[in-house]
Amino acid sequence: MSAAASMRTRAPLMQARSVTRSYGGNIGCRDVSFTLYPGEVIGIVGESGSGKSTLLACLSGRLEPDSGVISYDMRGRGFVDIQTLSEPERRMLMRTDWGMVHQNPRDGLRMAVSAGGNVGERLMAVGARHYGDIRGEAQNWLAKVEIDLERIDDKPRTFSGGMQQRLQIARNLVTTPRLVFMDEPTGGLDVSVQARLLDLLRGLVRELGIAVIVVTHDLAVVRLLADRLMVMRRGEVVEHGLTDQVLDDPHHPYTQLLVSSVLQA
Amino acid sequence: MADPITVSALSKTFTLHNQGGIRLPVFSDLSLRVAAGECVCLHGPSGAGKSTLLRSLYANYKADGGDIIVMHRGAPIDLVSAEPWRIIEARRETIGYVSQFLRVIPRVPALDIVAEPARAIGVSADAARGKARGLLTRLRIPERLWSLAPATFSGGEQQRVNIARGFIVDYPVLLLDEPTASLDAENRRTVIALIQEAKARGAAVVGIFHDAEVRDAVADRLFEVESFQGRAA
Ligand SMILES: Nc1ncnc2c1ncn2[C@@H]1O[C@H](COP(=O)(O)OP(=O)(O)OP(=O)(O)O)[C@@H](O)[C@H]1O
Ligand SMILES: Nc1ncnc2c1ncn2[C@@H]1O[C@H](COP(=O)(O)OP(=O)(O)OP(=O)(O)O)[C@@H](O)[C@H]1O
Ligand SMILES: [Mg+2]
Ligand SMILES: [Mg+2]
Repeated sequence: MSAAASMRTRAPLMQARSVTRSYGGNIGCRDVSFTLYPGEVIGIVGESGSGKSTLLACLSGRLEPDSGVISYDMRGRGFVDIQTLSEPERRMLMRTDWGMVHQNPRDGLRMAVSAGGNVGERLMAVGARHYGDIRGEAQNWLAKVEIDLERIDDKPRTFSGGMQQRLQIARNLVTTPRLVFMDEPTGGLDVSVQARLLDLLRGLVRELGIAVIVVTHDLAVVRLLADRLMVMRRGEVVEHGLTDQVLDDPHHPYTQLLVSSVLQA
Repeated sequence: MADPITVSALSKTFTLHNQGGIRLPVFSDLSLRVAAGECVCLHGPSGAGKSTLLRSLYANYKADGGDIIVMHRGAPIDLVSAEPWRIIEARRETIGYVSQFLRVIPRVPALDIVAEPARAIGVSADAARGKARGLLTRLRIPERLWSLAPATFSGGEQQRVNIARGFIVDYPVLLLDEPTASLDAENRRTVIALIQEAKARGAAVVGIFHDAEVRDAVADRLFEVESFQGRAA
């Protein structure tokens, strides 16, 4: 490639270098490295037990790797090794610049707090104090995720699974984080509900330019959402590249098996 | 200024690991240059590798060797080795691709599917939709369908939505895989006109056209993909 072309580089948002984590003698994930740029969506697929959730937990600072480095471009501070952050710093990051969408909405929502409160709480964590503003913004977000405003004072436990998941997304995106981690965001939902959620996610992620690392077993989900794909097997990334390239022209035997064993993605 | 597309020494072999490791050499040492305003028709029998080459030019397939230099933002980039984000950027601004079949997005109306590539390069919602309406009208998609998701459209309607989507941005490079395969004579002529307009504004076009009428109307030359077969190492 010409020098002119290769000189045009971009500043990364997150960098993972040789991230490794095992559980006793069991491999969780091993030697995972990648660079994430602002606004990029990376999908992680692979069979059950391949280490997807382990990797995501390490990247989001919820689990300590045995070795390897994860650095993140913190606003106003530049690149920081996330393991050097204090617990309050890490929690602040999690509440403001990052988001985490869990497969089970119960893990990401406060079930005893109203829908509006679930969204408003995140705003208060970033310093919003004016009640009217907070409520207005919460309403805004409930509308964005297609939750009827009449339900704003209801507790999430009275919501359907799909509504809970949409509420979890609103709660996470309301602070316009720069990076959101998602673990099977459409898992456990009906196919028709999944399509709606997916379409919504796709729209919001593009509109807001958020970077996302999304774990899923569903190739249709990554086809629609992800720019890039990592395929994991037995803790290792066996193939990595543009999503459509990996799905349409898989090179690794495991990826070929994975792609050929679904009807169409 | 360099040509929009310069392919050199390109090779592609598929290895089917789960079918005994069979190797399917498609082409090797393939070179191709496409000038601005030129339309090259990829030619050859079924299985010759026409779609494989076209998909490689979109970086949808990964070539094993060689390079595909595309002029993007006034500078050359190599699609074989570029980082994913740069390929995505090049697809957004420089390289348009009309596949044989529309990949429908659940719940997104036809009008927005067509407008989306224009929105992605920063065209305002109104202007993008205006342009989308114009293309859908030219391609004779009845207005009552514009607000519906194309999942339930006929094959020919879906293909025309796909074509509209591919022509909404004035891409410098345009890749077309049998864009007229399921169209009637009238719509075929519309697509011919769209391709001619793209050439006139300087687009480099690479296409697969089985239909002789379309080929004769738009192609400046034929490129025999098959002649690069059998040279695989
Ligand atoms: N807390 C733990 N203690 C011991 N072993 C664990 C623990 N968490 C995960 N593992 C093991 O680590 C490996 C990777 O698990 P992980 O949950 O990351 O897989 P996954 O790819 O997310 O799978 P799934 O698709 O089923 O969610 C598995 O073998 C698993 O049994
Ligand atoms: N994703 C793929 N994985 C494995 N083999 C492939 C793949 N895509 C194409 N091939 C093989 O590559 C060869 C060339 O196929 P290609 O689709 O490029 O032919 P074509 O010239 O476009 O044919 P047609 O005129 O029938 O569309 C064929 O042997 C085909 O089976
Ligand atoms: Mg998991
Ligand atoms: Mg073909």
